[in-house]
Amino acid sequence: MPKLTFNVDLCKGCGLCVSACPKKLLVIAKDKINKKGHSPAEITDQSQCIGCAFCATMCPDCVITVEK
Amino acid sequence: MAVVFKKPEALTDAPLHYCPGCTHGIIHRLVAEAIDDLGILGRTVGVAPVGCAVMAYDYFSCDMVEAAHGRAPAVATGLKRARPENIVFTYQGDGDLASIGMAETVHAATRNENITVIFVNNAIYGMTGGQMAPTSLPGQVTQTSPYGRDVKTVGYPIKVCELLSALDAPYYIERVAVNNVKNVMNAKKAIRKAFENQVEGKGFSLIEVVSSCPTNWGMTPEKALKWVETDMIPYYPLGVYRDKSKEAE
Repeated sequence: MPKLTFNVDLCKGCGLCVSACPKKLLVIAKDKINKKGHSPAEITDQSQCIGCAFCATMCPDCVITVEK
Repeated sequence: MAVVFKKPEALTDAPLHYCPGCTHGIIHRLVAEAIDDLGILGRTVGVAPVGCAVMAYDYFSCDMVEAAHGRAPAVATGLKRARPENIVFTYQGDGDLASIGMAETVHAATRNENITVIFVNNAIYGMTGGQMAPTSLPGQVTQTSPYGRDVKTVGYPIKVCELLSALDAPYYIERVAVNNVKNVMNAKKAIRKAFENQVEGKGFSLIEVVSSCPTNWGMTPEKALKWVETDMIPYYPLGVYRDKSKEAE
């Protein structure tokens, strides 16, 4: 099963990964806050992830590492 | 488990100072991936511009030089001629390359200097707070064109790829965008080719990357990428403007 790892404190909550995900699995966690003061992106259902790395491709800050 | 995607080695661990959703981060990564893929990290020297990307020297793990505003192609010429075995690239915005640095850009291109130029076009001056750039679109509202860019008084945007492809000398000129996954993949190939050309000693390669500036355009990052697609790409058509490797065949 593919695995996404988020370097949460680098995330600026821009949401480009959210709109890139073909399975609509990513969300901006409005109830969380990181070191920079942004609400970071997170994955809702890891088991549905297909490991396409579209999220990481669109992330400007290299927050996401994708393993498959 | 195999790693499908991770941060390239040619980028340092320094967090980027760019605004949320700024595509400079994507373009930095594509340049770093090209350096990693070709295995040239140890002999690459980058030239940073003035503009938002001024602190690129903190983000690339290769050697970096900071040039005076717009002079990056001239500095890169010196670096390349003094140490021809090094791979030299410049990373410049539209205010740097198409405005104050136009002379250096055109002359480096017409000498077919064996350097790689990455030109980030986001149609606005980002660092100084959103003033009109030479590449701002007709009718585009900026800090210095509050009623929209009036082409009767300030002229039309400069299309750098079209302009440089009128010269005989440059080896490779291509315009790409980073507004969706497909275009990012194409941009990656183009940037890699630009570095390969230099490794093979072919000459001047310029890749124009149509980029976004959510903060100064006053849009969300997602909406800014849509605006790139609906407004910028029709004015700045993507594609290869010069490829001498094909012309030679």
